Amino acid sequence: MIENRKYIVIGVFCLVGLVYLARLFYLQILDDSYSLESSSNSIKRVIEIPYRGQIYDRNGKFIVYNTPVYDLYVTPKKVQIPDTAAFCRLMELERSEFDSIMNNAKSYSYVKPSLFLRQLSKEDFARIQDALVDYRGFEHVTSSMRTYPAHTLANALGYVSEISKKQLDEQETPYYRQGDYIGRSGLEQQYEAVLRGQRGVKFVMQNVHQVVKGSWKNGAFDSLAVAGKNLYTGIDVEIQQYADTLMQNKVGSVVAIEPSTGQILAMVSAPTYDPNALSSRFFSKSYSKLAKNPYKPLINRPVMASYRPGSTFKLIQAMVALQDGAVAPSSIFSHAGSPMKCHCNRSGRLNLAGAVQYSCNPYFYHVFRRLLYNNNERNTFKASAMGLHHWHDMVSKFGIGQKLGVDLPGELKGSLPDADYYNRMYGENHWKFSTVYSLSIGEGELLINPLKMANVAAIVANRGWFYTPHLVSGIGKPGEGIDPKYLEKHDVGIDPHHFEVLAEGMQGAVEHGTTTMAANIPGITICGKTGTSQNKKGKDHSIFVAFAPRENPKIAIAVFVENAGWGGIAAASVASLVIEKYIKRRVDNHALDKKVKESNYLPAVTLPKKPAPKKYEMPKDSAAKPLIVKTIPQLPTPVPVETKSLASRPATTNGN
Amino acid sequence: MLYIACVLMGWLNVYAAVYSPESQTNLFDMSTNAGKQLMWIGTTVLLIIAILVINYRFWDTFAFVIYGATILALLLVLVAGSNINGSRSWFKIGAFSIQPAEFAKLATALALARYIDYPNVNLTKLKDQLWCAGIIALPAVLIIASNETGSMLVFASFIIMLYREGLPGVYPLIAIVIVTLFILTLIVPKLFLFAGIVALGLLVFFLTPRYQRSFQNVMVIGITAVSMIAIVAGVDFFVNSVLQKHQQNRIKVLINPAADPLGAGWNVTQAKIAIGSGRLQGKGFLEGTQTKLDFVPEQSTDFIFCTIGEEHGFIGSLIVVSLFVVLLCRIVLLAEKQRTRFARVYGYSVAGIIFFHLMINVGMTIGLMPVIGIPLPFFSYGGSSLWSFSILLFIFLKLDSRRVGMFTR
Repeated sequence: MIENRKYIVIGVFCLVGLVYLARLFYLQILDDSYSLESSSNSIKRVIEIPYRGQIYDRNGKFIVYNTPVYDLYVTPKKVQIPDTAAFCRLMELERSEFDSIMNNAKSYSYVKPSLFLRQLSKEDFARIQDALVDYRGFEHVTSSMRTYPAHTLANALGYVSEISKKQLDEQETPYYRQGDYIGRSGLEQQYEAVLRGQRGVKFVMQNVHQVVKGSWKNGAFDSLAVAGKNLYTGIDVEIQQYADTLMQNKVGSVVAIEPSTGQILAMVSAPTYDPNALSSRFFSKSYSKLAKNPYKPLINRPVMASYRPGSTFKLIQAMVALQDGAVAPSSIFSHAGSPMKCHCNRSGRLNLAGAVQYSCNPYFYHVFRRLLYNNNERNTFKASAMGLHHWHDMVSKFGIGQKLGVDLPGELKGSLPDADYYNRMYGENHWKFSTVYSLSIGEGELLINPLKMANVAAIVANRGWFYTPHLVSGIGKPGEGIDPKYLEKHDVGIDPHHFEVLAEGMQGAVEHGTTTMAANIPGITICGKTGTSQNKKGKDHSIFVAFAPRENPKIAIAVFVENAGWGGIAAASVASLVIEKYIKRRVDNHALDKKVKESNYLPAVTLPKKPAPKKYEMPKDSAAKPLIVKTIPQLPTPVPVETKSLASRPATTNGN
Repeated sequence: MLYIACVLMGWLNVYAAVYSPESQTNLFDMSTNAGKQLMWIGTTVLLIIAILVINYRFWDTFAFVIYGATILALLLVLVAGSNINGSRSWFKIGAFSIQPAEFAKLATALALARYIDYPNVNLTKLKDQLWCAGIIALPAVLIIASNETGSMLVFASFIIMLYREGLPGVYPLIAIVIVTLFILTLIVPKLFLFAGIVALGLLVFFLTPRYQRSFQNVMVIGITAVSMIAIVAGVDFFVNSVLQKHQQNRIKVLINPAADPLGAGWNVTQAKIAIGSGRLQGKGFLEGTQTKLDFVPEQSTDFIFCTIGEEHGFIGSLIVVSLFVVLLCRIVLLAEKQRTRFARVYGYSVAGIIFFHLMINVGMTIGLMPVIGIPLPFFSYGGSSLWSFSILLFIFLKLDSRRVGMFTR
């Protein structure tokens, strides 16, 4: 009997063995949660952030580069500081600061490195580095900071900042993680994919204290970081900076284009800010300051602001009418029959070139009238609709009413009304030329941005074609890798010989016409056209578009100065100085230069609630000038208002 | 004889082969632990040869002497031992430490075998039961005094041998009932248990045929029920007052490992992660990430099974566990064949000790047993344990070889 107990004993052994095997089977085969936990436990992905691409101007000067900065880390367990007081002096820290940093580090971990000081400049670091030999437990990690040596082009460049929660959630492929940096506007956003490069991933094994113990599988799954590509832009930093100084104390834009390539030479959005302010650790403070600024310096006005083109639109009207055969260069129209008044005082004596030169409103009233009725339709309503439709097609080719496709985010379409638009507004056959005639002088339902007007100047300069304006002329290498759409020539469908009439008129406008005093630069034949963009909220905006020289144009430019009042003088002064600077590489007209820099067209800022102390510092020397126009002339609506408002003004020799 | 030798060599090879790579996986102490272990293996071989050379009668004759010497050593270590991890149970000789408690198992096994070998010993008699209990308890108490509770628990394994030698089945039954109640108390609310015990008692009472309901039987049922209730009621006191803090925690962790995964539950959680991540085939030799990177504590000694589980997967675990089960069965069967009671008793003791170690050690790594710091025989790093298990096993084989020798002669 008792011998049989051996079976019981063996049975117990086998039973326990089976139970254990069953448990092992469950742990190892059935339940995969443990295997998942193990890899998150011991293998860690370490992301290597590559250098972001740098940005150059057309002459190879840096616009943006990365400054190496040094983050100093401390591992409390390893720390040996023989003389704390000396150490604090070295680090330029108060003893209390030192203690609090160290306490934070210790409470985080004794064995893992914690941030001790962040973003030490190269100079600071060089000073500290040698002395650090005497202290144990400190190590540095190199990172980089966007730096803008030219302190300009802020709006077009955009900025880089930590990715937002929303962007993080909305990304299609999960590339970015919390805390990653991403281009947030301007070129930084537009070319984010190129600039950011390719992140590297390293798998490292860490032990139970999360101390790294070497690479996993000898780095078989690691990938190296690839630095971002550099951007080569058509910007001329010198011109850009000069235009910046001219636009100080003004609200507006300067856009200069090289007509032969479509490359943007300068793009000023005023008021602007120093892009370095939005770099690095000062970001949030600077950003909220900028965001609160009533002049909205964060808006990139050349592409994001909308204006009526005013008289500058007459250029397009003239071209379209000539091409259409509605008028001839020799056509003469008098002021008679037009509801618009004029300052040209040359009624019935102006041909097309002259009308452009003196910006004769009634002339273009007739031009547009001819243009709309230039068909066989007898019914004026139907004829207007047909004419406007045709006109819309022709004007569209100049990029009006659509996005040009510049390599910047946030470009506005603007507005170019077509027949359907008025059909919706008034009903079909309920409108005709006399309803929409204000379009003839660039008012009414037209909206453009400064970039488009610069492009119009480029079209005239090129005698009928343009390249889509763009900032970046090369990705990775100069002249390579850009979107092929920027290398495609767009023809606006106007015969080249029609442009000579226009150029004649524009040259005349600068030399003898609307802007003689302001824009004439000896030695350079500038062809330009002024404009006044009506502004119901305040003083009118001053516009000037131009190209120079007349033959073989090197630069096409559009300048918008908000609230600078009627006529193009303010804008024309800026434009001519920029042209002079670009072509001569120097400015001889010091008087004008001084005058422009000193003039201040900042509008009065009325803060809706409690009048907080003004954020925007006005230069002291401008205090003597009447900066703020208290009484704003009541501008009756709708158009044409220009003539009415002008009636109350003393007549000037310069027509608009 | 040859056959036996072959089997022996097979065992030897298995444990040597499986063993040495295991200790090498301890990346950071490879030079020390693995090297030392190699030295231990070398000395073990010498010991084995010595054992095989020594006359089998030596063990028989000197059983009580060895026992006495071990008791002396255990007393001595309390006074002169060096303190490692809070247990005063090691003799430090140069760089190496020796733990007399490991050898106490061997000595106790020999002494018990010698005692039971007396012709008139009958384990159904209370007197002999007490004698055996005394032989076991003496070293056990000394080991508790040196703060090595884990090693002491191993002495419970002799119950298997005693059971085989005629100890009434009621003793292991009582032990099982107590352990069961203990565990139930920790899991199930006490009130349910009390009700359950009372209900069980009444059930037994009413199921007993009327003619058997003598006063004596009813008393037995009543006393059993009352003592069960007393045990249940006493568990809290035992856990909270008698056990030390870390022991309490280990028991709590066994019941609910997720309660404190970073504290007391850390060992078990990490051990399970390591084993679980091995899947079917394991991560490959030396590829274990959990064990290599110190996530599993004590992975070269008590948690050595994690390395097997992680690097060799279920297949590896299966082989190791099966190996042990086969070894145990083989010892039992061999023990049954012994002519002398001494050899049989000793064989059962060996099987019991190895079984207990296996059950506790593997059980704790897979979360079926509380964490008790005892090694896995032949696998765990440590000279004392390797020596004592080898001596334990080979004395038995020597005894067995005599049987075979006599048979063939």
